[in-house]
Amino acid sequence: MGIIRAKDVTFEYIRRDEEGNVEGITTAVDNVSLNVKQGDFIAILGHNGSGKSTLAKHINAILYPTEGTVWVDGMDTADEEKVWDIRRTAGMVFQNPDNQIIGQVVEEDVGFGPENMGVPAKEIWERVEESLKAVGMYEFRKHSPNKLSGGQKQRVSIAGVLAMHPKCIVLDEPTAMLDPRGRKEVIRAVRALNDVEGVTVVLITHYMEEIIYADKVFVMDKGRIAMEGTPKEIFSEVEDLQELRLDVPQVTLLAYELQKRGIMLPDGILTAEELAEALHLR
Amino acid sequence: MLRDITLGQYYQTESVIHRLDPRVKLAGTLLFIISLFFFRNFLGYMIAASFLFLVIRLSHVPFRFMVKGMRAVLFLLLLTVVFNLFLTPGEALVSVWKLTITKEGLRTAVTMAVRLAMLVVGSSVMTLTTTPNNLTDGMEKGLRPLKLFRVPVHEVAMMMSIALRFIPILMEETDKIMKAQIARGADFESGNLIRRAKALVPLMVPLFISAFRRANDLAMAMEARCYRGGDGRTKMKPLIYRSRDRIAYLCILVYLVAGIWLGRLELPVAG
Repeated sequence: MGIIRAKDVTFEYIRRDEEGNVEGITTAVDNVSLNVKQGDFIAILGHNGSGKSTLAKHINAILYPTEGTVWVDGMDTADEEKVWDIRRTAGMVFQNPDNQIIGQVVEEDVGFGPENMGVPAKEIWERVEESLKAVGMYEFRKHSPNKLSGGQKQRVSIAGVLAMHPKCIVLDEPTAMLDPRGRKEVIRAVRALNDVEGVTVVLITHYMEEIIYADKVFVMDKGRIAMEGTPKEIFSEVEDLQELRLDVPQVTLLAYELQKRGIMLPDGILTAEELAEALHLR
Repeated sequence: MLRDITLGQYYQTESVIHRLDPRVKLAGTLLFIISLFFFRNFLGYMIAASFLFLVIRLSHVPFRFMVKGMRAVLFLLLLTVVFNLFLTPGEALVSVWKLTITKEGLRTAVTMAVRLAMLVVGSSVMTLTTTPNNLTDGMEKGLRPLKLFRVPVHEVAMMMSIALRFIPILMEETDKIMKAQIARGADFESGNLIRRAKALVPLMVPLFISAFRRANDLAMAMEARCYRGGDGRTKMKPLIYRSRDRIAYLCILVYLVAGIWLGRLELPVAG
């Protein structure tokens, strides 16, 4: 069994009017099942309102499924007694970097999680140091978070989760509010976590270029999983992706158009180097 | 413009006073302020002033920063002096038109001015030498006994430190909303006070909405990081009394005993 497993998960937002009567029901997640292996890098892709963030919040026991079950490391997220164990197993990084930093100094923020877990002071310092080094923010440890760039703040948030020694990190659109440079910084840090530290990563995003490093990609639409496979498999289906209103990376699109005009190229080209090589080999 | 405001007035430098445990500084300031109200003669004020002067010298903070805090209370100070000077009944000293300065009035006015000035400078020493989060930590630990009376000490301290973290962010946001509204023709600068206050209403609404949204996000982020109140929490930077803190307590005690004993003596020439 994988570190994260979801079976037939459905989640409904119930809207109520002022008297508390049910006005309408929105099904944000609709009958989703997935299985994530320890150490994997998983990407969940989808445009706004596809239910990807709602699904992410289930992994951290912030939301409970209306129907179906989510297991994190074998623990049922609906089990209230396990809530804190689940949250320390599956850490979560949110979209807005400003709204998730609690400390007034970088190192204090990273120490917040371990403090809550009751880790002794000496060990907190060790964890803070190693976490900040893992995301490349160690030299900023004495800075105020207000003076950092968006990408740096987001890396601090990641370090904050990492200091809790989770087995899995869920990142809910961590790059949505960042500039291209910040996005690169964050993605590089996330990849390092996965490669070097072996932490399972679930990356939620709507930027296609961020998923090319993933082991497996799930594409969500209207609360359902519309496509799943390796990045290569996903990117081969250019027309399907466009139908789901997702922006296919320019290189992939170019290769696809060339293919359509009769130039023989392999399917699902992801990077410029790959395309150059494929063209060169011909 | 708005974002230039720095919070608190912490003055970064190396000194014994800076390194003291915040609890010592909190208790010291409180006791110092209380002591000011016990003196009956000028000797007490002299002792308090020399004690304060010594602490300021030890803190390595330039004196002008201490006096800076005075500017905020200058009006209050003048008001107190004027009222006391003219409205205290007693033996007339000078009489001009309907105003009379009495001997008692002069004495109370001077005493009040000196007290108020030392009170402000005394608390400035604390805020100038202690970072806001250090101060919150000190309060949390120092006031822990109040927990017995169901005072939510940890929660209050947490609220204070979150407020300190978010004030600059909300300031920046105010700045942004203001600029966006100015760009669309809003006028914050002309008109009388009431008109200007009214112009702020459309600024407050989006600011409040955003503050609530941030609060919601932050609460979720804190829960996701296993925050569940003060119980079972450890501290990354625990406050531990060291020998310098004990010496500082001793100094405060010596000052208190000496000041109050000498300051309450009946001297032949009353100050």
